[in-house]
Amino acid sequence: MRFSRTSKALGVAAVVAMALTACGGDTGNGGGSSAAGDTSKVITANSTEPQNGLLPANTNEVGGGRVMDLIFSGLVSYDAKGAIQNELAESIDTKDSQNYTIKIKSGETFSDGSAITAKNFVDAWNFGAAAKNTQLNSYFFESIKGYDKVSAEGSTEDKMEGLKVVDDNTFTVELAQPESDFPLRLGYTAFYPLPESAYTDVKAFGEAPVGNGPYKLVEGGWKHDVSVSLVPNEKYNGPRKAKNGGVTFTLYSSPDAAYTDVQSDNLDVLDQVPPSSLQNFTTDFEGRFVNQPYAGNATMTIPSYLPEFQGEEGQLRRAAISMAIDRQQIIDKIFYGNKKPAVDFTSPVIDGYDANLPGSEVLKFDAAKAKADWEAANKINPWPADKVFTITSNIDGAGNKEYITAMANQIATNLGIKAELNPIATFKQSRDLINSKKLTGASRAGWQADYPSLYNFLGPLYGTGAGSNDGDYSNPAFDAKLKEGLAATSVEEGNKLFNQAQEILLKDLPVVPLWYQAVQGVWSNNVSGVQFGWNGVPLYYEITAK
Amino acid sequence: MSENLTPEKDLAAAGTPAARQGKTSRHHIEHFVAPLEETPLAAIDNVDETAAPLSLWADAWRNLRRQPLFIISALLILAVLIVAIFPQWFTNIDPRIQSTCNLADSGEPARAGHSLGFTLQGCDVYARMIYGTRASLMVGVFTTLGVLILGGAMGALAGYYGGWMDAILARLGDIFFALPLILGAIVIMQLPAFRDNRSVWVVVATLVIFGWPQIARITRGAVIENRNSDYVTASKALGLSPFRALIKHVLPNSLAPIIVVASISLGTFIVAEATLSFLGIGLPQSIMSWGNDIANAQSQVRNNPGVLLWPALALSITVLSFIMLGDALRDALDPKARKR
Amino acid sequence: MLMFTFRRFLQLIPVFFGATLLVYFLVFATPGDPIAALSGGKPMAPAVEAALRAQYNLDQPFWVQYGLYLKNLVTLNLGQTFSGQDVSAVIARAYPVTARLAIMALTFEAVFGILFGVIAGLRKGKFFDSTVLVASLVVIAVPTFVLGFVLQLVVGVKLGWARPTVSGSAPWNELILPALVLGLVSLAYVIRLTRTSVGENMNADYVRTATAKGLSRRRVVVVHILRNSLIPVVTFLGADLGSLMGGAIVTEGIFNVPGIGNLLYKAIQKGESATVVAVVGILVIVFVVANLVVDLLYAWLDPRIRYV
Repeated sequence: MRFSRTSKALGVAAVVAMALTACGGDTGNGGGSSAAGDTSKVITANSTEPQNGLLPANTNEVGGGRVMDLIFSGLVSYDAKGAIQNELAESIDTKDSQNYTIKIKSGETFSDGSAITAKNFVDAWNFGAAAKNTQLNSYFFESIKGYDKVSAEGSTEDKMEGLKVVDDNTFTVELAQPESDFPLRLGYTAFYPLPESAYTDVKAFGEAPVGNGPYKLVEGGWKHDVSVSLVPNEKYNGPRKAKNGGVTFTLYSSPDAAYTDVQSDNLDVLDQVPPSSLQNFTTDFEGRFVNQPYAGNATMTIPSYLPEFQGEEGQLRRAAISMAIDRQQIIDKIFYGNKKPAVDFTSPVIDGYDANLPGSEVLKFDAAKAKADWEAANKINPWPADKVFTITSNIDGAGNKEYITAMANQIATNLGIKAELNPIATFKQSRDLINSKKLTGASRAGWQADYPSLYNFLGPLYGTGAGSNDGDYSNPAFDAKLKEGLAATSVEEGNKLFNQAQEILLKDLPVVPLWYQAVQGVWSNNVSGVQFGWNGVPLYYEITAK
Repeated sequence: MSENLTPEKDLAAAGTPAARQGKTSRHHIEHFVAPLEETPLAAIDNVDETAAPLSLWADAWRNLRRQPLFIISALLILAVLIVAIFPQWFTNIDPRIQSTCNLADSGEPARAGHSLGFTLQGCDVYARMIYGTRASLMVGVFTTLGVLILGGAMGALAGYYGGWMDAILARLGDIFFALPLILGAIVIMQLPAFRDNRSVWVVVATLVIFGWPQIARITRGAVIENRNSDYVTASKALGLSPFRALIKHVLPNSLAPIIVVASISLGTFIVAEATLSFLGIGLPQSIMSWGNDIANAQSQVRNNPGVLLWPALALSITVLSFIMLGDALRDALDPKARKR
Repeated sequence: MLMFTFRRFLQLIPVFFGATLLVYFLVFATPGDPIAALSGGKPMAPAVEAALRAQYNLDQPFWVQYGLYLKNLVTLNLGQTFSGQDVSAVIARAYPVTARLAIMALTFEAVFGILFGVIAGLRKGKFFDSTVLVASLVVIAVPTFVLGFVLQLVVGVKLGWARPTVSGSAPWNELILPALVLGLVSLAYVIRLTRTSVGENMNADYVRTATAKGLSRRRVVVVHILRNSLIPVVTFLGADLGSLMGGAIVTEGIFNVPGIGNLLYKAIQKGESATVVAVVGILVIVFVVANLVVDLLYAWLDPRIRYV
C-alpha cells in the first residue's frame, strides 16, 4: 500500500550518474574492492517500474534513473563522493562561464557500434528541450541560449541557437547568462547523448534503448512491472567498467517486500530499508549494511503568503517553530538514529558545505527561546487561541506521517498552541494544494540533488519565481548573492557566496530545515564489494558475486 | 396472528421435557435430532390452548432473555457502551490533549500509571484504547445498521419480486460492488462539505455507500430460498398481501445468514476505518479510534507488538460480543433450533 | 433457464456503461492534477505541461473526455497509461495473475470454510466450535497487512519454507501463501455462514425423516444437511470472487505480486482514468457473471427455485 518514498515524493531524485573512482586509482569510500569473486555472475537489485520510456530527457524518477545511468554515459560523471570526473569529455573549457567549448573523446561508440560524435549530444539536447517532444526534463536546458524559443507553447522550432557543432569531436554551448556550475550539471541524465537511430521511432527506442554506458539492455529485457535485465556492454571504455556478469533489477511495489527477499538471499542489493525495519537492519544484516548520508534533505515549507508569517512577526514565528522542534529526538525515536539534524539548507556530502554558518543556532532545539520568540510575535499580532498550525503532507509515502505527527506534537507542546498533520491521500493532490498556493499552514518538503552543487539546493528552491519555490519566497538580497555566486570564476569563490546567501535564508527561514537524508542499504550473502554513491544509489558495476 | 403457531413449534416447545426424560437407549449414539422412537408422539396433540398466542418477536424476546449467551453478550456490549460514553471514568489521562504524548517515552514498556506502555509517538496505549472506543463503536454499529437497512431493503425487494426489480437492483449492486472503496472514499472525503469537517458520520456514510451490496446479495439469496416455501404460499392463500408476506414471513425466516454476515462485518468495518485512516482519508488524528491505532502500529509490529495487540484485543472483544448476540438472536428467532 | 441466462448477458451492456461512466466520473472528481504529479514536484516547462494535458484529453470537459474514451473503446482501444503503454497490454499482464490468486484464495476459503463450518455446526458449543470462533476473531481484528507481514516473516524468512515474495511469472506454487492471506478474512465469513446454516437445517423435518429412514450419518450430513445449507455460502463466495480480485491491494503489495490490485491502486493515485476504468469495467463483468453462476446454482441446490 505504499509508494516508495523517493520514487515520486522527491521526484527527479537520485538519477544522477553514478560514478567511480577506480579508473584513476583512487578507490573511493567503501571497503570491498573485489579481490576474489565471480565476475561472470549476474547480480540482482531492487528498483521500481520506470514511469516512462527510457529516454534521457524523459526520465525523472529513480526507477528509470537507475537503469539510465547504467546504460548511458554522459560527458562527465560523479565519483562516489560526488566529485566531477570526465567520462566522454576530453575537455570542457570556458573563459567567462557563459561560452563553453566541449571536446569529446574520439573512437567511442554506442553499444550498436555507431560512433559517438558531437552531433549526438547536440541533437539529443535539442530533442530534450523542444516543447513538441514533451520531455519531462526539458527545463534542464533552460540555461542554454535559445531555450525560450524552442520551449514556447506551440513552438515548432527544435534547434537551440546556443548549441553549435564545430566538428565531429567538438561543439560549443552558449548560455543565456554566466553560470559557473554548468559543467557540474553535465553528468545528469538529461544530458546523455542519443544515437541517430533513436529518432526514427522514439517510443520503440524508449522500450529498448541503445546506449553507451557500462551496461546494455538485454533484448526484451524490460519486463514491465517485473524486471529489467542488463548485461555488460563490451564497447564501453570508461571508468565504470562492470565487475559482474550483469545487473537484473527486480521491480517492487514496496520496500518491505524487497527487504524480506534480501533476508532470504532472493535479492542481492536493497538501497532502501523500509521504516518497519529501521530498528532491526543492523542486526538482521550484521556486516552487510551501509548507513551513510546522501545529497538530500528534509524541510518544512512555511509559505510566504501566510499573513501570520510575514515581516518581523513572521521571522519571530518561524524561528520559534524551528527552535520548538527537537530534531535529534525525532531522529532517535522515529528514525532510530539513522539521520543527522540539519544545520543548513544543503547537504554535508556537497563540496563547500559549512556546518558552522553564522545564524545556524536557529536550527537548534531551544524550547525556552522558542516560547519567548512566539510570545514576542504575539505582542505584534496575537495568535488566535483556537487556530491550528497545520502541516500538510501526502501520506502515501512511507514514514511521512510518523515524523510529522511527532513534530506537530513537539510544536504544540513547546509553543502551547494546537498543531496537527493535515494528511493528504495522494501525491498529486498535495502537489495541487502546494502549487495553487492555497495552503493555510506549512507543508512537508525535501530536496534530492540532481547534481552535486550547493547552488542546486538553493537556486531552484528559493530564487524569486524559481520552479520549485513552493513557498513563494522572494528576497532581492538573496537573489543578488546567487547571481554573484554563479558568475564567480572559481568553484571555491562561488561556494563562499552561496554560503553567504544561506545566511540570509537562516534569518528569513522560508523553510525550516529538519535533517539530512541518509541511505540505509543492505545486501545478501551472495555478493561483495557493495558501495553507495553520493546520491544514495549503489555503485552497481562494482558489485561482484561470491 | 395465530398462523405463527406452526405444528413444528408446538412439538419443540411442548415436547422438550418429555424428550429428555424419555432417553432410554443404553448405547450412546450422537443424534442431532431426537430419534423418532424417543419422541413422544402424544405430545404433538397436547397443545396448551389457554396460552395467549405470541407474535414471533415477542416469543423470540421471551426466549432470548433466558439465554445465557444473550445475557453475557448484552453485558459485554453494555460495558463497551459505558466505556464509549464515559471514557474519563476509566483513565485520568486525556489523550486528546497533545502534551500528554511525549516523544521521549516513545515505545517505552509499561510503568506505573501507564499499564500498557507507550506508542511510537509516546502516547499512553491504554488511554488511547479507552478513548478510541467511542469512534470505533460508532463506526462499527452505525455502518452495520446502515448497510442492513439499505442493503437489506435492496436485496429483499430484488430477491422477492424478481424480474425487473431484480434486474435493476441486483445490477446496481454489481456496479457498486466493483467500485474501489479507496477511489470513492478519496472523492467523498474531498467534497467541500466534508473536507474540513471529517466526522465519524462521513466515514459511516462512505462505508455504507460502498458496503451495502454484500448484505444485499446475502439477503437476496436468502429471500429467493424462502419465497417459495409452503408457509409463504399458505399465508398468501390466507389473504396476506405479497408485501406483507415478505415482511411477516419471508424476511424473518431469512435472517440467519444476514445476522451472521452483519455481526462479522461490524468488525471489518472498524478495521476498514483503519485502512481509510492509513490512507489519510479516514478520521483525523485528533479523533482517537482503534482503527487509527492499528494502522499506526503497522511499522511497529516486530519491535513493539503491544501497540497493535491492545486495540486489536478491544476490537476482538467487541466483535465477539456482537457475534454472540447475533447467535442468540438467531436461535431465538428460529423455534426449531431451540435447545432441546 | 436459457432465456434467463441470455437476458442476464443482455443486462451486462447497461451495467458496463453505467459502471464505466461512474468510475470515469469518480476519477475525474478526485482532487489533484495528474500532470503536475508526473513531474514529481520538480518544475515542468509550461509548454510540455500543456502538450501532455492535451495528449490525455485532460484539457477537455468531463463529457468530452468520456465521449472520447467511449469512441476509442468501440475500436477496442483502451487508451494509454501516463507512461505511454497501452492499457490493454498492462491489463493483459496483470489480470491473469490476479485471477489465479483470487481463484486459489476462493478455493481455499470454500474448502476449509465449508469443512470447518460443518464440523463447528454439528458440534455447536464444543471445543472445535469455540477454537474456530477465536481464530476467526483474530483474523477479523488483525488487519491483513499485519497477518501477511507476520506470515511472510515466519514462513518465508525464518523457516524458509517458501519464497517470501512472488517471482515475476507468479507460478501457482508461489501464490499459495499470498492466497492464504488473501482468503483469511473471507474464511471467517464462510465458516460462520456454514455453521449457522448447518445448525439451522439439522432440525429440519427432512433431516429427521432421513435419519428415521436409517441413512448413515455421513449421508445425512453431506447429501441432506450440506446441500440445503449451501445457498448463503454460495451467495457469499460468488460475491467474494470479485472482491478478492479488486481488493488484493494489500496482499499484492506484501508479496510483490504484479496483479491488478497494485495496478488499480497506483492508477487511482495517479488519476490515470484509462487504467482505472478498464480494471473496474472488467471487474463488473466478473461480478455479473459470478452472480449469474450463483443464481444458476440456487436452482440446482434447491429445486423449488425456478427461473423463467
